[in-house]
Amino acid sequence: MSGDLKIELGRRYRFAASHRLHNPQFSEEENSRVYGKCNNPHGHGHNYVLDIRVSGDVDPSTGMIANLADLDSFVQRELLEEFDLHSLNEDVPAFCEKIPTTENLCIEIFRRLKKFPFARLESVRIQETANNSFEYTGE
Amino acid sequence: MVYLTRKIEFSASHRYDNPDFSPEENRRIFGKCNNPHGHGHNYTLEVTVAGEPDPSTGMVLDLKELKEILEREVMQRMDHRHLNYEVVELQGQIPTCENIARVIWNLLEPKITRGKLHRVRLYESPDLFADCYRNGAGGANSK
Repeated sequence: MSGDLKIELGRRYRFAASHRLHNPQFSEEENSRVYGKCNNPHGHGHNYVLDIRVSGDVDPSTGMIANLADLDSFVQRELLEEFDLHSLNEDVPAFCEKIPTTENLCIEIFRRLKKFPFARLESVRIQETANNSFEYTGE
Repeated sequence: MVYLTRKIEFSASHRYDNPDFSPEENRRIFGKCNNPHGHGHNYTLEVTVAGEPDPSTGMVLDLKELKEILEREVMQRMDHRHLNYEVVELQGQIPTCENIARVIWNLLEPKITRGKLHRVRLYESPDLFADCYRNGAGGANSK
């Protein structure tokens, strides 16, 4: 029976970044209507909370799906160094074209973190504020 | 289907060390978790049971019953214990979140006779947890 069990590991990271929601194809009025305060010209920031889940076989010699130190350093290198204390619009190439909504942020972060070689990425969930959260599972 | 979740907290100590590895390997793989005298955590356990409410009681299972099962199977075994030395079910395993969650699943599943055990989520800290569920049950995505 226990061979049928699935184990996942959940890890939380935090980063602070600024963004502005603005579509250059919309008129000024449309941008303002669609994005409201998020369209303010100089942007604003959030303390994002990122929850990821990974799955895989638990290695009997370590008791781990993946070594947390490997996961943490991967996320640091592939994501946090570029995102934390940066402007998403200006500093992250993917958001030169895409609007840095939290939906698109989930998709971009999933794209980056699914390259983690030692476990399978199951989900990316981001809280933009304590009242908003978004989740993407790659489907 | 209704999902019911009960949360409990327990405190325990542990140490990561594989006797088949050299001291250097243990240090490299497990880092600070290999410190010789161990360390502890306040664990938070969330147990989710899925089922249809009994029309006569309106309950999937009586929370009192679940509370008693958790007290007997988890609290008495693990609370204020050293997981390496005092929990027989963990003998021969590194007491990681992954392994503890699986041991808790195996302890609880046969005891839950109303509804079905759906997910065991064990937090070692607010930033780290392991989920255990039956493959295909969609455990991690169902609240």
